Amino acid sequence: MSAVKTGDTFELTVTPDRYLTVRYAGASGDFNPIHIDEEFAQQVGLPGRILHGLWTMAQVARAHSEALGGPDKLERLSVQFRGMGVMEQEIVVSGTVREVDGDRAVVASEATQNGKRIIRNGEAVVRL
Amino acid sequence: MAVNTDAIGKTYPAAVYAVGREKIREYASAVGEHNPVHLDPDAARRVGFADVVAPPMFAVVYSNAAILPGLFDPDLGIDFAHMVHGSQEFRWGPLVVAGDEITTTATVKDVSERGGMGFYVFETDSRNQNGDTVCVGTWTNIVRTG
Repeated sequence: MSAVKTGDTFELTVTPDRYLTVRYAGASGDFNPIHIDEEFAQQVGLPGRILHGLWTMAQVARAHSEALGGPDKLERLSVQFRGMGVMEQEIVVSGTVREVDGDRAVVASEATQNGKRIIRNGEAVVRL
Repeated sequence: MAVNTDAIGKTYPAAVYAVGREKIREYASAVGEHNPVHLDPDAARRVGFADVVAPPMFAVVYSNAAILPGLFDPDLGIDFAHMVHGSQEFRWGPLVVAGDEITTTATVKDVSERGGMGFYVFETDSRNQNGDTVCVGTWTNIVRTG
């Protein structure tokens, strides 16, 4: 991917379905009931079941892998979680190449849903 | 809120995770990774891997058992009812493939208090059967004032 240059952008859109958090709980081992039990989530003051932050981070990671040439490209990824993601609403992951230095690029990213940033200050180092 | 900083530097017993092909497929499907290297052993072998390749974020799967004792450690006393995942960083080494055995050690990297909130930072170090560091994770959990 020698063609990657500063200012390049990429985007990934994904809409988690109604049962996504149940499948992700099983796949990841994170069975926190706020993600899988509607009543429990409401009892602790949430609008309902919410997405796992690490699932959303996995969408940010996937956006990098798909745009930049595969899973071996990602060397580092850091994100901050904000607010909460929900099912059945589109999520938009966007990334911008901030810097290219030799065989590495620094990429800034965020994920938004309904206009709110649910992941912010994403920063990745990618092997070119 | 008062936080107990005595546990900074505490390391928990290592957890060993045997990476299976079907678990990688299950995880890849749950996060929408459709690259055949994650799903099809033949596709993975064609590009030089021994078996299907774990997506980088599969780190959460093999780190899970190592991180839990810290979250439940009475020395830290994390209040789950008010805990949120604040931020996360992973740094990756060689890719993990089915058949690997990953040993993860978790350490309390920092405990602090800012603006009435407690910050609990764990670091996980995951190595494969060859001793290569495949992932270092930094997990920041925030506990809001109850």
